[in-house]
Amino acid sequence: MVVSAAPAEVEVPRSADNPVSDKPWVTIVWNDPVNLMSYVTYVFQHVFGYPKKKATKLMLDVHHKGKAVVAAGAREAMERNVEILHGYGLWATVKQDK
Amino acid sequence: MEPFRSVRGGGTRAWLAAAEASLLRSLVSQVMSLVEPEDLEGPGQSEDAELAALEAMVHGPGADKPPDDPVLARLLPDGYRDDPDAAGEFRRYTEPALRSAKHQAAQEMLDTLPEAGGRIQLTQDQALSWLKALNDVRLALGVRLGVTEEFEEQWGRLKQDDPQWSAFEVYAWLGAVQESLVQAMR
Repeated sequence: MVVSAAPAEVEVPRSADNPVSDKPWVTIVWNDPVNLMSYVTYVFQHVFGYPKKKATKLMLDVHHKGKAVVAAGAREAMERNVEILHGYGLWATVKQDK
Repeated sequence: MEPFRSVRGGGTRAWLAAAEASLLRSLVSQVMSLVEPEDLEGPGQSEDAELAALEAMVHGPGADKPPDDPVLARLLPDGYRDDPDAAGEFRRYTEPALRSAKHQAAQEMLDTLPEAGGRIQLTQDQALSWLKALNDVRLALGVRLGVTEEFEEQWGRLKQDDPQWSAFEVYAWLGAVQESLVQAMR
């Protein structure tokens, strides 16, 4: 459903100037003052199927550290995550892991 | 209001006074018109979310810049943080669908929220729409009020005759409604 420029990158020839990174992409959720802690935990459980313990830990990371990586994988999958999380009102972004 | 609780056999239920139902309907309707796809406004356009999504597809991709209105910018945030090109590309292809999804959740909440209040009974899917729509209302109000993590202190500093005082009260109440729904859905 999400159309992105990602597939084009695969076709770019590898060179010293333009290395194709194998680093995975990640979904980041940022802290915000509105979303309820219980709601954020619920969304992590519901969207990612995480057990309550893991969802709660990620929620607390977002709350205390300001952000947390909640998923990693292909760029398209991370963009799909972000689109879904935006649907829930969470403040999420995609980034290539460094 | 009687807070949401889970119903044996699935779903959740609550009870709302008429004034509470009318307040919720008004707030949800306001968010709904905010997220309405920009090029679909005006008479003669489809009210149906699916049809609206199709029309959006026909109209082509959406904007590539975040909305100027801070509330709308929070409801439709960037998908990339330090990469404006990727953020623009992401927005072009996802914002129309995100607007439709938010519009649809709000519509589903309105459809299951009697104008006169009373008993609310929701399936799990309907409750999910309520959660999303309630959250969007809280995001919108939170941005307008400049709410921070120290919400209680911010509210406490206001005098009761401050015009913002009752908006803070509504915001706090919405949080309690949403909290009871989250707990009831577990």
